[in-house]
Amino acid sequence: MIETLPTLAFFGGLAEFLRGLEAGSPRVHTSMLLFGIFGPLAFAFALAISGKLEAGAVRVAALLGFLLPVVSAFWLWATYASMGLNGGYAFFVNTPTGLDAIGVSLFLGLNGISLPLYVMSAVIGLAAGLYAIHTNVERMRLYLILLLTMQGGLMGMFASIDLLFFFFFHEFALIPTFIMIAMWGRAARRTVAIELTIYLTLGAMLTLGGLVALAWMSGAEGFNLIALQLALVDAEHQNLIFGLLLIGFGILVSLFPFHSWAPRGYATAPAPAAMLHAGVLKKFGLYGLIQVAVPLLPEGMSAWAPLLMWLALGNIVIIGLVTLAQRDLKLMLGNASVMHMGYAFLGVFAFSAAGVGGAVFMMIAHGLSVALLFLLADSIERRCGTSDLRDLGGLGQSAPVLMAFFVAAIMASIGLPGFANFWGELAIFAALWQSASPWVLVPALSGIVISAIYGMRAVSSVFFGEAREDYRGGDLRGLEKAGAVLLLGALLVLGFWPRLFSDDVNAAVGNLYPAEPPVAEQFLAEE
Amino acid sequence: MPTTEELQTIVAANNWTAVLPELLLGVLALALLMADAFWPRHRRVILRATMAAQGAVLAYAVVLFLRADPGVVHVYFAGSLVQTQATELMRIFFLASSLLVSHLGWVYLQNRSLPRTEFFHIVLVVTASLMLLVQAGNFVLFFVALETLTIGLFILVAFCRSSRFSLEAALKMLITGAFSSGLLLFGIVLLYGLAGNPLLPGTAEDPLNFAQLGAFLGATGAAGEVNAAQPLALIGAVLILVGVGFKIGAVPFQIWIPDVYQGAPTPVTALLAVASKAGGFFVLHVLLAGPLAPMWDTLFPALAVITALTLLFGNIAPLGQHNVKRLMGLSGVAHAGVLLLGLLAAHTVDWAFAAVLFYLCVYAIASFAVFEVMAHLSPEEDSDQDLTHYTGLMRRHPLLGGVLVIGVGSLAGIPPLAGFIAKALIFVAAFQAGLYALLVVALLGVVVSIYYYFGWMRAAVLREPLEEDPGDGRWYPQPVIAPVAKFVMVLLAVVTVVLGIYQAGLTEVVGLR
Repeated sequence: MIETLPTLAFFGGLAEFLRGLEAGSPRVHTSMLLFGIFGPLAFAFALAISGKLEAGAVRVAALLGFLLPVVSAFWLWATYASMGLNGGYAFFVNTPTGLDAIGVSLFLGLNGISLPLYVMSAVIGLAAGLYAIHTNVERMRLYLILLLTMQGGLMGMFASIDLLFFFFFHEFALIPTFIMIAMWGRAARRTVAIELTIYLTLGAMLTLGGLVALAWMSGAEGFNLIALQLALVDAEHQNLIFGLLLIGFGILVSLFPFHSWAPRGYATAPAPAAMLHAGVLKKFGLYGLIQVAVPLLPEGMSAWAPLLMWLALGNIVIIGLVTLAQRDLKLMLGNASVMHMGYAFLGVFAFSAAGVGGAVFMMIAHGLSVALLFLLADSIERRCGTSDLRDLGGLGQSAPVLMAFFVAAIMASIGLPGFANFWGELAIFAALWQSASPWVLVPALSGIVISAIYGMRAVSSVFFGEAREDYRGGDLRGLEKAGAVLLLGALLVLGFWPRLFSDDVNAAVGNLYPAEPPVAEQFLAEE
Repeated sequence: MPTTEELQTIVAANNWTAVLPELLLGVLALALLMADAFWPRHRRVILRATMAAQGAVLAYAVVLFLRADPGVVHVYFAGSLVQTQATELMRIFFLASSLLVSHLGWVYLQNRSLPRTEFFHIVLVVTASLMLLVQAGNFVLFFVALETLTIGLFILVAFCRSSRFSLEAALKMLITGAFSSGLLLFGIVLLYGLAGNPLLPGTAEDPLNFAQLGAFLGATGAAGEVNAAQPLALIGAVLILVGVGFKIGAVPFQIWIPDVYQGAPTPVTALLAVASKAGGFFVLHVLLAGPLAPMWDTLFPALAVITALTLLFGNIAPLGQHNVKRLMGLSGVAHAGVLLLGLLAAHTVDWAFAAVLFYLCVYAIASFAVFEVMAHLSPEEDSDQDLTHYTGLMRRHPLLGGVLVIGVGSLAGIPPLAGFIAKALIFVAAFQAGLYALLVVALLGVVVSIYYYFGWMRAAVLREPLEEDPGDGRWYPQPVIAPVAKFVMVLLAVVTVVLGIYQAGLTEVVGLR
């Protein structure tokens, strides 16, 4: 109980109030969960059938659509803290949709791992929505409808306990990304959109194959994750299923060498889509590994762990070097986001509560920071008309606030103390040190140096040096500033007070993973 | 020869009310012709009345379905007619398809100087024969119903007499159709001769009856010889399957599909793509689960290869296709592959056939949504429906564009549309049945199929409409959409979306529980 005290204190009377509500009418909270998922979808649908509307009305409606998940997320978060569940599942919604024959139902709920991610995606969604409303693109209404659809899918993805719906909501969010890239992307958008569509559909199909195999070979005969946790897949099949899931999820999270879609895709996508995809949607794969694949298939994990380690190091070192060579700001950020996924994979590789907890925290921090970076990079591009680092320079004089935000975001993504990323990386490094192969720390730490080099180089070439004359738009302002403040604020709050999430994450991860990493001969037998 | 008493008992067992919907359709078809001959001025009223009467028959079929008990098999007409809950469902399926095809025909024939009454007449006859086909319990009714269907389709395909594409399509269909019917008949005769041979164990009294033929093929002689292993039985079974393979368009019997789908009038293409194909799959299941079941182990490798080829061809062939009617035909081959996968799984997984029925319903709804849009955009030369006609459709006609995107998206199996759930059900069934290699092919096929379906959606959504006629045939017709058509399209689109999220109604109907 003492462990949860600070969180309780933070919410104070609200928690007490919610606890009372829970006792009185427990359905309030589950309807809040449904609200967060189907609210944005309802607004998207309303916008789609509303006929002619004034531009202002469209924006206000969309903003409300983005606010609903935030309300839902904070409500559930506060309630969860007051429930003292030790990381277990809460807020169950279980509705049969007619697929009982294959053990599927709309089964929703949140645990200590998914709740923080649910909150994160609500926050990033709001920031992306604010930024989308700020930018004045053509066919604004369709743009917002697609973003709202994406947001609904993202919220549902983390709230799904049923694995088929988990996959379903992921696709729900993925399809609008393709359309948004194809319609509002930068140069070569159609080529990039089709490349992304086919590559990610391939990953999704591998994942679907793996999930179906997992569901049926476990003997649980269904997609209910909680039931699957009690079932056991035999060792021989574990290897196969884990391989399918690792490659399928790997493609979706841009695990080296399946990452090639990511940098170009993010550089081409319109900023809100890139923010939501790189910040939230991409975490589907990691979340799937952490919550589903690794705990349910430990034998498969130990067989594939050596490969996973090398691929994760490939993400950090090789993509790190590739990032150094980039000359376009958005391509650089796209590569950087691929690179930082390597740390999260290493956290999973460590196979201890600390490492996986660090990976979850890293996912949250990375989501917030990469969304902030894409927002700022797009602001820079809109002001300067280009994102080529060689043509940029001196923007700091006309946009000091933008510069401050950008420097902070870069520092966060490097992992400096004070930002949420620091705690994620620290926990991962500590877990690696305890793991069977502590030498992995050396290349992993070198990644920090690489991040610092390209980050600082980007800052200096964008904001310092001789200013060009044709910058327009002045400093960060209005809703784009609001979005940036939201994301940076979240990074700082978590940086100074990680327990807001880490207690729940640790409790949930502790239920699934051993406290101590396995010893060398057991784990890395192939080496 | 049966004695008079025997004949009397057979006649007494004939329950004509069991085929009342088919009889009503036949009467309706004849009445339509008569009415048209007497009151040609009131043609529109007569045709509307026909559709209303069809709706009434549909309502009656729904009542029959609701009253049917699951698991109960009714046999009428000395084994010619077998009715189960599934055949009652197929009646509804064909009647609904017929109504939609009639509606498509109404839209399509509006601005064309083609006979109308005959179109509705033949659609009614074809529908009745489809309904009898799925209820066939012996090869006599099976063949008669199949031939009635095929001949009706020949006429419908050639309906645009002035279009050489339409005539060419009909000729191609006539030749391949006659060829496949010949093979089918040859196969039936071989099995008939074999099963009637008194020297073999378990000789059948009525060798054309599905149940008796199945019992014969499963019988084993005193010396351990198995009837199913007889070379003649094998040849007969293969020939029958080839004949059915032509109907469903499985590779390598798909050659007629692109040309016929392109040349046929759009409503007829819809009839071919949905109702005729669904009928083919249903009888394929009836044959594989009934008379040919004892030969499963021999037939399975061939069927597996055909499934793999169908999946591969169906997903690769449409890649460079610009004519949307050919695209629908070729991608329909891919859907046939997925359905075949489901049928193969149905041998070991008891709910897999329900999944196939689910897939057929979802496929039909999405296809009709797409065909509705196609019928509205059909240019004067109907076979010439190019992707460029869809350029900027979303801007020009948001309704048509939206319905098209939902329909095509569901065919592609994109969540949250119904097509995804339908594919997922088949894949889970195939996985449970252990058809891993085929499952891999099917999953890869889904990835490839995204490309050509995406191309269609891209033309409709992403490209800007042309401002004026460039004079190179890329100019598109301006559709007029009647309120009824709007209602039908919105209904199909909404059902497609709702079934993607909440399937309870349909899964109950197809018996998936």
